[in-house]
Amino acid sequence: MSVITIERKVLEKNDELARQNRSLLAQKGIFAINVVSSPGAGKTSLLERTLEHLAGRLAVAVIEGDVQTDFDAQRVAKYNVPAVQIVTAGGCHLEANLVHDALGKIDLSHIRLLIIENVGNLVCPSNYDLGEAMKVVVASTTEGDDKPLKYPGMFRNSSVLIINKIDLLPYVNCRIETLRANALRINPSLTVFDTSCTTGAGIPAWCDWLLARTTPGAT
Amino acid sequence: MHELSIAQSIVEIVLQHLPKEETVSVKTVRLRLGTMAGVVSDSLEFCFGAITAGTPLEGARLEIEHVPLKAHCSDCGRDTDIEPTLFMCPSCGGTSLTVLSGREMQVRDIEVGENEEVG
Repeated sequence: MSVITIERKVLEKNDELARQNRSLLAQKGIFAINVVSSPGAGKTSLLERTLEHLAGRLAVAVIEGDVQTDFDAQRVAKYNVPAVQIVTAGGCHLEANLVHDALGKIDLSHIRLLIIENVGNLVCPSNYDLGEAMKVVVASTTEGDDKPLKYPGMFRNSSVLIINKIDLLPYVNCRIETLRANALRINPSLTVFDTSCTTGAGIPAWCDWLLARTTPGAT
Repeated sequence: MHELSIAQSIVEIVLQHLPKEETVSVKTVRLRLGTMAGVVSDSLEFCFGAITAGTPLEGARLEIEHVPLKAHCSDCGRDTDIEPTLFMCPSCGGTSLTVLSGREMQVRDIEVGENEEVG
């Protein structure tokens, strides 16, 4: 019996591809966000409102991750932005190699903002760096106010929190102050936006923030 | 269930370290796993067992060293273990924490033995 020392990171291959994605995006001057949430929190609705609001102001491309179907890509198609659908066929998260392949299918020359919509899951995507500038976590009021404490890994690794479905606050058992405080306890540096994709509340502030982070370019 | 893809990555890494000229079998794989790595050990062990069948890792034991979540508190200057659901310095209640460990997911080493002839 002998021991062989290895000392290697399990996800080193993913991390290396993520580095390549990051350097490609930096070279093209593209700000990339990795949008994560549990299923049904409103990632695609947020994406639709964002595309609507940024139309004619910012050149956006979209990578859609889903376990099955291209329903989300169909929803995005009407906004006339380059979009690639990744169907993970059971996989619970996107990996850097999938994003790498998707990037190869988009003409990136004029793009300023890349929105990657991850698979709805608050656990697995937190381990996989895709090469994004930051993770944006969406938590909806219908999920209750304790999600950040149940899934600290994701809230800790995100830079932005979007509290969605605020129009439903009067009807659900969720205190927005508690939700916000729980998230900030896990990660005090989170930038927080309150939105409703139904009424459009908070969408302009979120889009202004995105505009401030992207380099000017053709739309 | 990303444990399956993690198990696959572990197997890939281990196979790269096996001596090519000999027939060896892996007895133990030692893994360092942070409490905040987001990996369920039982699930990982199950996936590992399932995908190693028919490989030199078949029957190998997955030995997991759990690394606690440790952070440096910039309010009181201490390095302490913290609760992942609290994210608060247990000494002073401070929240300006820099994570020092607890997100690890690393293959440390493996124990290999000669292949035993069956029969």
